[in-house]
Amino acid sequence: MQPNPLTIDDIAALVREKFGDVISDPEKTPTAEFFTITDLDYLQAVMYFLREDERTKFNYLYCLSGVDNNDGTFTVVYHLESLGIHGHRLEVKANCSKEKPEIPSVSEIWRTADWHEREVYDLFGIKFIGHPDLRRILCPEDWEGHPLRKDYKVAEYYHGIRIPY
Amino acid sequence: MAEVVEGKKLSSYAEVGATQYVLERGLDTDVMVLNMGPQHPATHGVLRVELITDGEIVVKATPYIGYLHRCFEKHAESLEYQMVIPYTDRMDYLSAMNNEWVYCMAVEKLLKIEVPRRIEFMRVIVAELNRIASHIIAIGTYGLDIGAFTPFLHTFHDREHIMNLLEWLCGARMLYNYIWVGGVSHDFPPKFKERVAEFLKYYKPRVDEMNKLLTENELFVQRTRGIGVLPADVAINYGCSGPMLRGSGVKWDLRRNVPYSVYPELEFDVVVPKGDISVIGDCLSRHLVRCYEIYESIKIIEQCLDKMPDEPGFDPHKAVPKRIKPQAGEAIARGENPRGELAYYIISDGKGVKPYRVKARAPSFSNLSVLPELAKGALISDVVAIVGSIDIVLGDVDR
Repeated sequence: MQPNPLTIDDIAALVREKFGDVISDPEKTPTAEFFTITDLDYLQAVMYFLREDERTKFNYLYCLSGVDNNDGTFTVVYHLESLGIHGHRLEVKANCSKEKPEIPSVSEIWRTADWHEREVYDLFGIKFIGHPDLRRILCPEDWEGHPLRKDYKVAEYYHGIRIPY
Repeated sequence: MAEVVEGKKLSSYAEVGATQYVLERGLDTDVMVLNMGPQHPATHGVLRVELITDGEIVVKATPYIGYLHRCFEKHAESLEYQMVIPYTDRMDYLSAMNNEWVYCMAVEKLLKIEVPRRIEFMRVIVAELNRIASHIIAIGTYGLDIGAFTPFLHTFHDREHIMNLLEWLCGARMLYNYIWVGGVSHDFPPKFKERVAEFLKYYKPRVDEMNKLLTENELFVQRTRGIGVLPADVAINYGCSGPMLRGSGVKWDLRRNVPYSVYPELEFDVVVPKGDISVIGDCLSRHLVRCYEIYESIKIIEQCLDKMPDEPGFDPHKAVPKRIKPQAGEAIARGENPRGELAYYIISDGKGVKPYRVKARAPSFSNLSVLPELAKGALISDVVAIVGSIDIVLGDVDR
């Protein structure tokens, strides 16, 4: 396959052509370019399309991060790359509310998302719908709260043992 | 003498093998759970792998991580940008230079600062020295896992020279805090370049010797060849990078494919196994990639020593900002760590001197996640060989 790197506008147009208006317009800052998936029902379908379509072929998910926006919403950021095929890169975001922190899982599309989503679940409490094994990964299983939330209060005791800071 | 139970003659073990032997006697076989770690010499730190075994065969392997979790990302949110650098050292503590470099690149990208050319060469030299030091630990301890003690002492002897060089440079042997945002902490001391060149001259034949001791050793090859084969598409899907991905035959190196710093000016090869002595994707391939990468790193350092501009009275703090307060925005920087792709994703809210969010994408974390896939169907003793070939640093996995 001939490498054919696309710009973020081309990719956004491809997604719009296939699924309709499920993504926001691409936002461009001096250091990053991304678009947001506004309709979460289409998240898995869009991601699958991005991985499988001949023109995009994003076979490598190199980073998946959670962000607490401190305004009652969370963002999950996906960094994708077409490794060894087209060589283009893409940043995609998805938002959810703090009352209902649920986002469809992409772990069946990229297996690397399995552990990354568990990490985001552990540290932010975002539930990934459809994840095969959503357990805490870094903190102990019975840890209370999700440390990377901005309103997290540090635990003073763990199993009756005082935690020194 | 044949065994007879209730008038029925039972076959002997030699005749029918294990399965039939057990079935005829109505014996039940069951799987057994075996915990490898958290304190196990072959797990290179505190990693627990729960193995479900059927005899000697692993049915399922589940890694449990987090024993070294310090929540670096939470710490980073409560510290100023420069104060995070020592924390990055403690993640992948065997290649601290590479860690702090990628973090600084992310902050520099956010601040849009240009780094002086001499600084770029200095960074490449120290990072590649650190890469050699990290790879020879990986190679030495891999031999140790499999039962070869001598190569370990051999590699540690040479690593000591690198540690001494870096200690002379910045005062620390492992956790340097050398690379700063916009610069480095100290200029090269007088005669440092000559000493590095001397070291490389001494070291080249030593790599050959190390390869003769370990890589060409029949016992070592028997233990690693054809074990834990990782196909290229599985490796990419699991987000593997570095020697893990190149061992599967994918010619992918961030220094080449997503170039940063002065790497585009330098001549070096991206090493992939040829498949002549190893099966592509097996433990031996990953080991070979590390061995050959040492030669490439030597080549890179030699070129840098030649090309580096000499500036008497150079101030390494020239481009270091006094106060780091980036505008609101986000940036991601990626770099080739000895273990694979390291990325820092930083968000600034533009209000303060502390980052709003720092995400570290650690290479060992993604590389380790493929372990259940590799260990499935392997022998228990081969799990040790597989874990060793992934070359994890638990500080990097748990952050």
